[in-house]
Amino acid sequence: MSTEHPITFKRLQLEESASFDRSTLDYIHRASSTGLYEIRGLGAKRKLPHFDDLVFLTASLSRYPLEGYREKCSTKTVLGTRFAKKPIVLDTPITIAGMSFGALSANVKEALGKAATAMGTSTTTGDGGMTSEERLSSKTLVYQCLPSRYGFNPDDVRRADAIEVVLGQGAKPGGGGMLLGQKVNPRVAKMRTLPEGVDQRSASRHPDWTGPDDLTIKIQELRELTDWEKPIYVKVGATRVYNDVKLAVHAGADVVVVDGMQGGTAATQTCFIEHAGIPTLAAVRQAVAALQDLDMIGKVQLIVSGGIRTGADVAKALALGADAVAIGQGVLMALGCNRDSYQQGGQNHSAEADYAALGTKAGYCHHCHTGKCPVGVTTQDAILEQRLEPENGAKHVKNYLKTLTMELTTLARACGKQDVHHLEPEDLVALTVEAAAMARVPLAGTNWIPGHNG
Amino acid sequence: MENLTFDLAQQSVRALNQHLHGSPESLAGQHIEVINPDGAHNIAVGINAPVKVTIQGHAGYYAAGMNKFADVTIEGSASTGVAENMMSGKVHVKGFASNGAGASAHGGLLVIDGDAGLRCGISLKGGDIVVGGSVGSFSGFMAQAGRMVVCGNAGDALGDSLYEAVIYVKGEIKSLGADAQIEPLGEADISALTGLLAAAGLSHKPEDFKRVASARSLYHWNADADQTY
Amino acid sequence: MCGIVGLLLKKPALYSRLGELMVPMLIGMTERGPDSAGMAVFGQPLPEGQRKISIYSGLTEAGASYDWVGLADALNASLKVKAHTTIKGNHAIFTFEGPADPVKAFVKQYDPKLHLLSAGRSIDLYKDIGTPAEVAQRYAFEALTGSHLVGHTRMATESAVTPDRAHPFTAGEDFCLVHNGSLSNPNGVRRMLEPRGIKFETDNDTEAACRFLEWRLREGDDLPSALQKGFEALDGFFTFLMGTPTELALIRDPFACKPAVVAETDDYVAIASEFRSLAHLPDVKHAKVFEPAPEEMYVWKI
Repeated sequence: MSTEHPITFKRLQLEESASFDRSTLDYIHRASSTGLYEIRGLGAKRKLPHFDDLVFLTASLSRYPLEGYREKCSTKTVLGTRFAKKPIVLDTPITIAGMSFGALSANVKEALGKAATAMGTSTTTGDGGMTSEERLSSKTLVYQCLPSRYGFNPDDVRRADAIEVVLGQGAKPGGGGMLLGQKVNPRVAKMRTLPEGVDQRSASRHPDWTGPDDLTIKIQELRELTDWEKPIYVKVGATRVYNDVKLAVHAGADVVVVDGMQGGTAATQTCFIEHAGIPTLAAVRQAVAALQDLDMIGKVQLIVSGGIRTGADVAKALALGADAVAIGQGVLMALGCNRDSYQQGGQNHSAEADYAALGTKAGYCHHCHTGKCPVGVTTQDAILEQRLEPENGAKHVKNYLKTLTMELTTLARACGKQDVHHLEPEDLVALTVEAAAMARVPLAGTNWIPGHNG
Repeated sequence: MENLTFDLAQQSVRALNQHLHGSPESLAGQHIEVINPDGAHNIAVGINAPVKVTIQGHAGYYAAGMNKFADVTIEGSASTGVAENMMSGKVHVKGFASNGAGASAHGGLLVIDGDAGLRCGISLKGGDIVVGGSVGSFSGFMAQAGRMVVCGNAGDALGDSLYEAVIYVKGEIKSLGADAQIEPLGEADISALTGLLAAAGLSHKPEDFKRVASARSLYHWNADADQTY
Repeated sequence: MCGIVGLLLKKPALYSRLGELMVPMLIGMTERGPDSAGMAVFGQPLPEGQRKISIYSGLTEAGASYDWVGLADALNASLKVKAHTTIKGNHAIFTFEGPADPVKAFVKQYDPKLHLLSAGRSIDLYKDIGTPAEVAQRYAFEALTGSHLVGHTRMATESAVTPDRAHPFTAGEDFCLVHNGSLSNPNGVRRMLEPRGIKFETDNDTEAACRFLEWRLREGDDLPSALQKGFEALDGFFTFLMGTPTELALIRDPFACKPAVVAETDDYVAIASEFRSLAHLPDVKHAKVFEPAPEEMYVWKI
């Protein structure tokens, strides 16, 4: 008698479960081994409704395009006109988001500053304070005031160009900063007043105010400190965006920064990154609606961040009503994050072995929290940080921002705009029902905006 | 000493702070008296010179916030965040202080004759705080560096999540926070207490205080330790 | 997003000055709450057989020109309650004989857009949109008399700043509550109470707290017991100030992030979110000024 069944079902023996897929199995195996949540860097990796689900209605018989180059399309952007004596004036609406020295190396901060200066835009400090590298290299520097207040001091407030009071960020609204011991090197430790090598715990609330009524007074304090010269930004991770923007305006913000769930971090719990906060696409229109309802369009500016990657993303964010965008992960990738090689001493070097040592590969890495960044970006290691040379890094970031600005103006010109700030929601349609509902623009080929007119 | 008076019933806090932001040369030898403060917020915020300021009455939020070099006395009480983020200098509250007194202070000395509210010395980063009365719950929360002296009692969760700051308490401690523990007083503690109490003008005996410091068990994440985080 | 004020006069000789002392307190809280204001005043109770209700017509088309007399006439014709009115534009106090519920039901069906603010023997309640100064002027707060009051200023988030979400919230008769802070589980509390016959008018978190206390008081708890249960049932951050015909009561949650300060003399007890609302009060320089401790119940009686 034959020992083999006459019919075999080879393919079904490798059937993956959608709920308990490999990623979930890995999660459960890891949790059962360590008893601790997973921590990683970057932002939400899962697929979400995003700017890719919107497309522009560019020139047609009823809308005439501008000629590239000769017919100008202005990108000048002014932020902080409401109360400050010295608003921020930028040459492009693309700014560099707050990222900490500690998460990033000093070389990176210098590179970002140089690139921003060359592009006529701003950089932003992060959780850990202001480094002299960044202040000296960045022409326009926004100084964050965070719950931890690491390194926060009045001298740096006085030498900043704007202050950003941070309630939260898109990667982890409600969570505080995080820096693991391997990145708390002597310099970082000193700036943050921490013992070297300890895992930093961070507060999730500010120590001296809670709620918009108290934020009003805190903003006034910061204004008093700067003799009312510098704009005050208020940054929120995108959750109850409509209410938050209204309250931030009531509290006296000059600029509101809204960071969607695709926003990155150098280290936080994965459960936060993937399951807290709303997509940037949904956040933008809510923020704009809040400003409209308060008649604050043009008086309080809106900066949007969280997964802004391309010139098209920038254009769409502006079309939906943002005055500017902030980019974090994108500029780190411009510096080499997830690239398989780095440039040091005028030569190309392969980083593949270092990615492999982390158990990953270029294109998949999110191990910023380890401090072992193969390309020297999110590290405090004295050897690794040499892999990012400030001049070279600055050139790469400048190229990236330049490309984005060119793409922005290309699309704006094709929509007939002489100023990128004239882009409007009616220039867009959506490719999916979710995107149409979130962005409040019609589904392509229809008049339908789900939840708004049907 | 040149005495100047700012009457906040007639002048704005803005005008007062503008004056107090003058250069050390322009402020040299001045003693500024602030009358009718009536709970106004942000009085004497961001001073950057060794000037003397007396606030005759109750101050609102963030009095003497981010102080550098100045010597500020508040004859009444102070609301939330007195001397928050102070870098150096001295702030003396004759009455009671509300929540977050001395929050995140990097240096200088904050003296509170009466009680302090909750979260006294939260996020302390090197400053010194001496409280003649008691402090509320969560005092010394996440205090990283510096010293706190509490001559009265402490509320719940004292020194929760403490780093390297040290808290001395004379009275009862309602409960200790995560990772805070009582340790024996050493020579250095006696010496520190002597100095701090003298600077605050208080005459308690150093030996009567308990030392509260970090057990340092939260410094590295460890699954087996069954940490509360 | 809010400022709270409370004032209790210890000497009846001062009752005529209640409003005059209160208005600067309310205006001191303008920055904390610029969008709307509310005030509940407790005065001499009506005799047992009478009741009064405060009604707001701001949500009707006629608004401040509402035909209150017409309503009073219809009410008297239908229920024979001998109602008489005190009218201030979009606000009216109806005083009448007999219980409050039939009159409330009549008003509701007479014009569903009328908003019932309060009911009882001692309480009059006002709320409207506008700055505290505007609201105080609209209803001549300065001239109000009484033994004690609870007031509130609000920073709103809804696009239509509607007064029905303004505080004080009332429950049953002669009880009101104002809240500074944010509750994190109001929806669960509401869903627990609705099957027990407690009716909600808004999705406001403060109303959830007020109705919870209404339920506990209805079930026979005294105020301290009800508040103790409130500590367990209500999650989030709060300073609550409550008024009954004879008391003001104050509690703060264990985190005590929302501010409160008290000034007490032989003549009065005054409470506010910030001292600057107390600075003008008579002899405040010699008052006992203190911060209420978290989780403790402070009760002051007239």
